[in-house]
Amino acid sequence: MANQINLTIDGMPITVDEGTTILQAAKKLNIHIPTLCYHDDLCVAGNCRVCVVEMKGSKTLPASCAMPVAEGMEIMTNTIKVRTARKHIIDLLLSEHNAKCTTCYKNGNCELQELASEYKISEPMFIDLVPYKNYQMDAYSPSIIKDDSKCIRCQRCVRTCEELQHVSALGVAYKGAHMKISTFFENPMFEVICTNCGQCVNRCPTGALIERNYVDEVWQAIFDDDKHVVVQTAPAVRVALGEALGMEPGEIVTGKMVTALRRLGFDSVLDTDFSADLTIMEEGFELLGRLKKALVDKDPNVKLPMATSCSPGWIKFIEHTYPEYLDNLSTCKSPQQMFGALAKTYYAQKRNLDPAKIVSVSIMPCTAKKFEADRPEMSSSGYKDVDYVLTTRELAVMIKQAGIDFSALPESQYDSVMGISTGAAVIFGATGGVMEAALRTAYEVVTGREVPFNGLNIALVRGMDGVREASIKIDGTKPEWKFLEGVELKTVVAHGLTNAKRVMDAVREGKGGWHFIEIMACPGGCIGGGGQPIPTNEEIRRKRVEAIYREDAGMPIRKSHENPEVIALYKEYLQEPNSHKSHELLHTHYKARQRY
Amino acid sequence: MSNNFLRRVDLIFDKDCDFKQVLRNAYKRSNDEIINELLESGLRGRGGAGFPTALKWKFTSEQPDPEKYVVCNADEGEPGTFKDREILFQVPLKIFGGMTICAKVIGAKEGYIYLRGEYRFLLLELENQLQIFHSIIDDLKIPFHIKIVMGSGAYICGEESALFESMEGDRGEPRNKPPYPTVSGFRKKPTVINNVETLVYAFMIFRYGARKFKELGTIDSRGSKVFSVSGDTPKPGIYELELGMTVEQFVQEFGDGDTKAVQVGGASGFCVPRKKFKDTIIGFEGVPTGGSMMLFNSSRSMYNVLKNYLEFFEEESCGQCTPCRVGCQQLKLGIEAVKKGEKHANYLEQLQKLAQTMKITAKCGLGQSVANSFSSIVENFREEMIY
Repeated sequence: MANQINLTIDGMPITVDEGTTILQAAKKLNIHIPTLCYHDDLCVAGNCRVCVVEMKGSKTLPASCAMPVAEGMEIMTNTIKVRTARKHIIDLLLSEHNAKCTTCYKNGNCELQELASEYKISEPMFIDLVPYKNYQMDAYSPSIIKDDSKCIRCQRCVRTCEELQHVSALGVAYKGAHMKISTFFENPMFEVICTNCGQCVNRCPTGALIERNYVDEVWQAIFDDDKHVVVQTAPAVRVALGEALGMEPGEIVTGKMVTALRRLGFDSVLDTDFSADLTIMEEGFELLGRLKKALVDKDPNVKLPMATSCSPGWIKFIEHTYPEYLDNLSTCKSPQQMFGALAKTYYAQKRNLDPAKIVSVSIMPCTAKKFEADRPEMSSSGYKDVDYVLTTRELAVMIKQAGIDFSALPESQYDSVMGISTGAAVIFGATGGVMEAALRTAYEVVTGREVPFNGLNIALVRGMDGVREASIKIDGTKPEWKFLEGVELKTVVAHGLTNAKRVMDAVREGKGGWHFIEIMACPGGCIGGGGQPIPTNEEIRRKRVEAIYREDAGMPIRKSHENPEVIALYKEYLQEPNSHKSHELLHTHYKARQRY
Repeated sequence: MSNNFLRRVDLIFDKDCDFKQVLRNAYKRSNDEIINELLESGLRGRGGAGFPTALKWKFTSEQPDPEKYVVCNADEGEPGTFKDREILFQVPLKIFGGMTICAKVIGAKEGYIYLRGEYRFLLLELENQLQIFHSIIDDLKIPFHIKIVMGSGAYICGEESALFESMEGDRGEPRNKPPYPTVSGFRKKPTVINNVETLVYAFMIFRYGARKFKELGTIDSRGSKVFSVSGDTPKPGIYELELGMTVEQFVQEFGDGDTKAVQVGGASGFCVPRKKFKDTIIGFEGVPTGGSMMLFNSSRSMYNVLKNYLEFFEEESCGQCTPCRVGCQQLKLGIEAVKKGEKHANYLEQLQKLAQTMKITAKCGLGQSVANSFSSIVENFREEMIY
């Protein structure tokens, strides 16, 4: 047990572990200290100085986020000295800030705005610095817009990109009055190593980093009578959307969301979970195929370990950082893009629609999906497979704009075809979910028996540890899979690109001996995606993950290969997994990109 | 010297010094003895902040980590200071010697000199001197090695924790304190970081003994100090003087007969107006200084002086913390607006309050010390700010 430290905060005594900060200790006493640069997920920066407090015996006011407690410390969080200092600091930030709040995308969801309101900043105390600045706006990326005039230099984005993602697309440039957050050679984010993951957007306290929103474009399409607008919803959206509409983290809102989408006017409300099941079929058989080539044909060119390819942030990361391993990626498109390709082919055919008149919209927990949809690889239907990608947050905006009382909505079911899914698909939303879903199917295909885990729950691959290894011994194989008899299938799961790097470095060093790797770019997997409701932290992500597994447990079908619509799709259209047709529509290859 | 009150001292540049012998003697003594001798001398850091040198060494020596460093801060960037340059040029061996004694006490195997980017012209000669030094300590079988790391010209990198960041290859931004360098410094290891001049004095204390050093100066400010004298003076240059003189004594010696103000300690120091010359002692009990002494006569506009300092800070702030980054811009624009009549003169009071906030909330010494020159100039030369 850590040493115990006694101190008082605002006259109240408290005993905490050594190493605790004043901010953390105050929280335990239910004392709220305002913060801006502080974020639960990131290392302490101590640079905004909003959280300063008075400390007896000290001439200066320490930043409570960065100051560890000490024995006998006497802290005052609300004195005239503290209030004056904080007000000055907020005022200084505002003087540098393009405070056109009414036209800001983050209006009403901005930490600086909240603080200015809390401290009743009315008349600006200091000179407006904005006219003296040459602020730039970077709006080239299809995913993320960076507006320097809104930036308060808290460096949350810089720390996110470096610590959580090991990408460091964003960094600090210049010094003094010219200090700014920028990229390599100040190139647009679209042209640098940025993976579009949007984790910076999730943590930006102001409107300096936001998703590029397509809300108006989607409204246009909905109200265009000539168009048939289909919408697909990603697994992770249904456990987080509620947060953006006043509900608690961890609520499952699948049924309400479907009702809301129908009310918004989408012609058909379908499910990415359907194509997640399809992904498992394609990817599972691809893995078995590679194993066969390696073990039976002794093909020296077969690429193992095979890595998942559902996460577009991860795809861009590997393109830039480990291009020599691009062939290790599964050739499967992500569920979003599989859906898109089928929407304008199979679905159009089934519903007797002109694909040129279909507008395909997806609701994603992700900003990188916007970039993915724009990739040149993604038009195998002959059209742009997915026309518009909206984040969970944008969907919440639309629901509010339509005047819908979300919490009061009745629940309803997805449309068909391409609306039926299984529990295996919904867990795609959590780290380890693709692995679990793949194992449920692959094991059963090979042995004819269910995976030997209680209630199909493969606890080995679940959890929030950054890198998790698991192996399953295969025995009792069917005759056609005899080459897998006794094989220990070794897997590894990682989430957050810093952890992806750990796994890929191990692969590069020849360690691990894995057959199958699942990587999700965002912490916690898609439930922690860059398009999810703000704020985010470990606890919120944990609640979303729990909701995902609850949703899985409650599904009537929990194995992808038992999805009746997927079975029908193969029968009517694709023939079999990895067929020629599948390859045409559902598989792709990515290209190497430079690091700089 | 003509002035009876000022005592010229010659400890730093004294070349009559058997370098090898001093080191050999120091190495015969126990670490406790060395720390006590240093404590007895009363030596305080000569970079400006004045932390007792013996305690820095002691705290670092007490850290259990086997990997420790001694770093010489030669990033002399304070406007109006140029004494370290001269020390580096004239007596580099003494600097290395101070570092070596420190290394013994704390248990460091490696030392680093962080050399100001603009002092690159000293590098070649310093490297030559280091070769000589390394052959001497090889003779003495002292396991210690010194390397030189070049700065790139940022003022903020003279701040010790920003200096470590820079040495580690990162952007020069000050760290949160605590932990202090004695616990977590270069490469997050316990580190002693001393100014060039401090290390030379430490070395000389082991040549002459603490007593000789202690005889000089006052109770709060023991010993002597090297001053960089510039501005409106007939004899600019570098002078090693006993501590404890008043500004008046200093001006009598160095002024041009028309001195209206002395800026003690550079842009981050205090401005002493004529009416306070008599009562202001140069030292830790009065106005502390890292050595910069700038004299201004009545032909100078103190508005321009202040504006120049603020332009400097606006540029040289690292930019990470709000009070310093934005505060410096506001102070500069603020005095300009008052001067132009765009803001009422009482806006100066608003700015004074802002400067006080910067003093108590900025993350590092840079932001905290902007108020020193701002407040003392605005307070003492208010009319010059307005008219």
